[in-house]
Amino acid sequence: MSQGRPQPVPQQPDLLTVDSLRVSFGRGIAENTVVRSISFSLRPGQCLAIVGESGSGKSVTARSLIGLAGRYANVHARQLSFGGTDLIGLSDRAWRRIRGTEIGFVLQDALVSLDPLRRIGKEVGEGLILHGAVSSREEFAQRVIALLKLVGVPEPETKAEQLPHQLSGGQRQRALIASALALDPRILIADEPTTALDVTAQAHVLALLEETKTRGKALILISHDLAVVSHVADEILVMRGGEVVERGTAAQIFRDPRHPYTRQLLDAVPSGRPRGSRLSPSTIVRSPKQQMQLPLQSLPKSRPILLEATSLVKRFKGPDGTLRAAVDGVSFELRSGETLGIVGESGSGKSTMARMLLALDEPDEGAVQFAGRPWTTLAERERRARRRSLSIIYQDPLGSFDPRWTVGRIISDSLSSDVETRRKRQERVIELLDLVGLSKALLDRRPLELSGGQRQRVAIARAIAPNPAVIVCDEPVSALDVSVQAQVLDLLGYLKDHLGVSYLFISHDLSVVRHISDRVIVMRRGRIVDNGATDEIFRNPQSEYTKSLIAAMPRLVRDRRIGHSATILEEGIA
Amino acid sequence: MMGSDAVRIVVQHPIVWFARRIFSGVVVVWAAATLAFLIQCMLPGDRAQIIINVTSGNVGPASSAELAAINAKYGFDQPLAVQYGKYMLQILHGDLGESYQQHRPVAAIIAEQIAPTIVLAIAALLIAWLIAILTTLFIAGRDNIWSKLLNDAQVFLATVPPYWLATILLVLFAVKLGIFPVIGGNSPIGLVLPTLALALELSGFFGQVVQNEFTRVLEQPFVTSARARGMSDFGVRLRHVLRHAALPGITLSGWALGKLLSGAILIEVVFARQGLGGVLVAATSSRDVPIVSGAVLISAGLFVLVSLIVDLTYRVVDPRIKLT
Repeated sequence: MSQGRPQPVPQQPDLLTVDSLRVSFGRGIAENTVVRSISFSLRPGQCLAIVGESGSGKSVTARSLIGLAGRYANVHARQLSFGGTDLIGLSDRAWRRIRGTEIGFVLQDALVSLDPLRRIGKEVGEGLILHGAVSSREEFAQRVIALLKLVGVPEPETKAEQLPHQLSGGQRQRALIASALALDPRILIADEPTTALDVTAQAHVLALLEETKTRGKALILISHDLAVVSHVADEILVMRGGEVVERGTAAQIFRDPRHPYTRQLLDAVPSGRPRGSRLSPSTIVRSPKQQMQLPLQSLPKSRPILLEATSLVKRFKGPDGTLRAAVDGVSFELRSGETLGIVGESGSGKSTMARMLLALDEPDEGAVQFAGRPWTTLAERERRARRRSLSIIYQDPLGSFDPRWTVGRIISDSLSSDVETRRKRQERVIELLDLVGLSKALLDRRPLELSGGQRQRVAIARAIAPNPAVIVCDEPVSALDVSVQAQVLDLLGYLKDHLGVSYLFISHDLSVVRHISDRVIVMRRGRIVDNGATDEIFRNPQSEYTKSLIAAMPRLVRDRRIGHSATILEEGIA
Repeated sequence: MMGSDAVRIVVQHPIVWFARRIFSGVVVVWAAATLAFLIQCMLPGDRAQIIINVTSGNVGPASSAELAAINAKYGFDQPLAVQYGKYMLQILHGDLGESYQQHRPVAAIIAEQIAPTIVLAIAALLIAWLIAILTTLFIAGRDNIWSKLLNDAQVFLATVPPYWLATILLVLFAVKLGIFPVIGGNSPIGLVLPTLALALELSGFFGQVVQNEFTRVLEQPFVTSARARGMSDFGVRLRHVLRHAALPGITLSGWALGKLLSGAILIEVVFARQGLGGVLVAATSSRDVPIVSGAVLISAGLFVLVSLIVDLTYRVVDPRIKLT
């Protein structure tokens, strides 16, 4: 059956052979093919990366390899075999002997991939019990602790007794990897293992994956982020629309991408491009057909202060009942027409601060002034009229929309009541859609019928609808694919120039913040550890923390030396 | 500043949570007692007249001398506030008044009849849960003829009135097939049909709630994670999904037990079982008000107790929840 593709002479026999894999859902005319004709093979100690954006079929491909593509999936292949075993048409019982023992699988999104009601230790060691690898309670406990140590979870004895929500995102991701490694499988498949992680957690997970590879395991890494895979992958498949558009060794792909889509993906990585430059290829941002009612503001030289925070403090009760300051004496100002980036890892207090700036939470100490007038100290009744000048864009636009409302209604709802007639409101909504590069055909759609990028554009249109002076962007591109992220960043840059709004741009992603901000604040444990002009911060960071963050930043490694330590991913910045 | 925080920490202590629950439970029982008192004195018709009629069995009006004697005996001639105070004091001493008809303390009458009713209600609750869990484990998220049939059966059971079901069960299993006794008394075998009659409706209802959640949880990433470790479909259902799916059902159990207690009263009459049902029906038709209001008070107390148990159970199943 096996059709020999031209391949370099393998030093070791292939562990996994995939030839012309095709996956579809449904039957007959409703059949929808999501993966067409994918072929690859995997040897021990080798890392194959499958790169593509959401909907490219990369996750389905990965799941087909352990027979979990889904109940309605039809999986066909000329050959799909693991170590001599034909995987096509395998019985459920036979699959179960392979899953976990021979092939470990790390699911996308560690935050929801651990059972929230079970203790970490039980979850991590579940495979040991399922496959009868331990004989006693003590042995089980020992093996679990050893696994947690292997993946670098701190205080493994304590963490094993805790529930998933008590662990940080990075720790949960590592615990999930530990559960996949429990039976020392020969292949580890990791689906987006670093997405949604902070830079430092991301660097640790990448180091862990690389270490797994050097132990002789074969690795399949699924990601939308070329910068992430560039550190570990030996061979890369670039997928789009269910097909492989380009394949090659990592060195080939990064030095000499052939396919335009691969180049587009590489260009969309913010850290790979000059600051402030356009990231997306086409002119997605069109100039509006008519002049907006908003004047094109020419900014005065001495920019007035718009938002001024003075010694903000906010305390919350911790899990042990003691009070903990989430924001601890933070002062800064945001000037008109400026983009202020706020960087920090999860738990650094960024979002708590954003809530205080928006006067959604009252500071325990300190105050915020808005346009030179009191803001947080006012009664809500006095604040309401001025709330329109302060907009917000959330990370998850879907959660901030009423799912039953149409796009038209969502945007129209944020328009000032000065726009009186129904027709004028409708016209204005269409103008706004045009401004964010969306067609008016979307007016009657509902949020669930939009793509991730379209949703975030609608959220942006809603945010600019009341002509705000300041827009607080809370992780606005963190949930988006790189190329969509590139488009949204370009759009935000365009709107800033065009409308003269100021952004407070909150993100855990340094490369994104570096790309868009004029000034940057680095937060850690509720305090500001660095504050200054963007170039200054990145060229000459003052605090050790900022230095370590910058060091951990994943960026494209176009020429990777073999066997380098992945914790220090690349020194210096381009 | 710190003072108020210290207060907050104390307030969120589990013992304080427990104390607050007990306190709010007492308030509920007190409100029920007040209601029970109001039922007694606000019902249409003169109470003294009712008592005379109930005791003598006559229906005609009594003489004013007779009425005055009764009024004095029960204290009906005193102001309402004084009566209320005396009533509350009595309750605090565990005295729920005296039956007009039987001339015995209400507390004693209820105490000797309540046990079979509670046994019936709890048995029905357990059986309902058992049926709901077993059917859900096998049918949820599956697309075959059995899952369709059982799902339809659940919907059917959830919509059928229990007394109708009771009659059908009685005719089918007791009269036609003769497997179970028509009148069971209090033997375990006699408990089967009444329990089923009560439980089947609830099992359909629970089944739908649990199945809904079960189907949702089956699609969660952590379930796929477990499968990727090599866990079988049944293992996944039993060890990962069921616990999540049971949570909304547990919340409903408090409400369900209340429904079962009132349902049990009807079923007891249908099956001629001993229990609170017979007593209450007799008391209501003969206007023996102290028994009715005593039952109101007892069920309020039971409700408070049950919802406390439900909350504690929920916290055992879902360790994420702290006592707050």
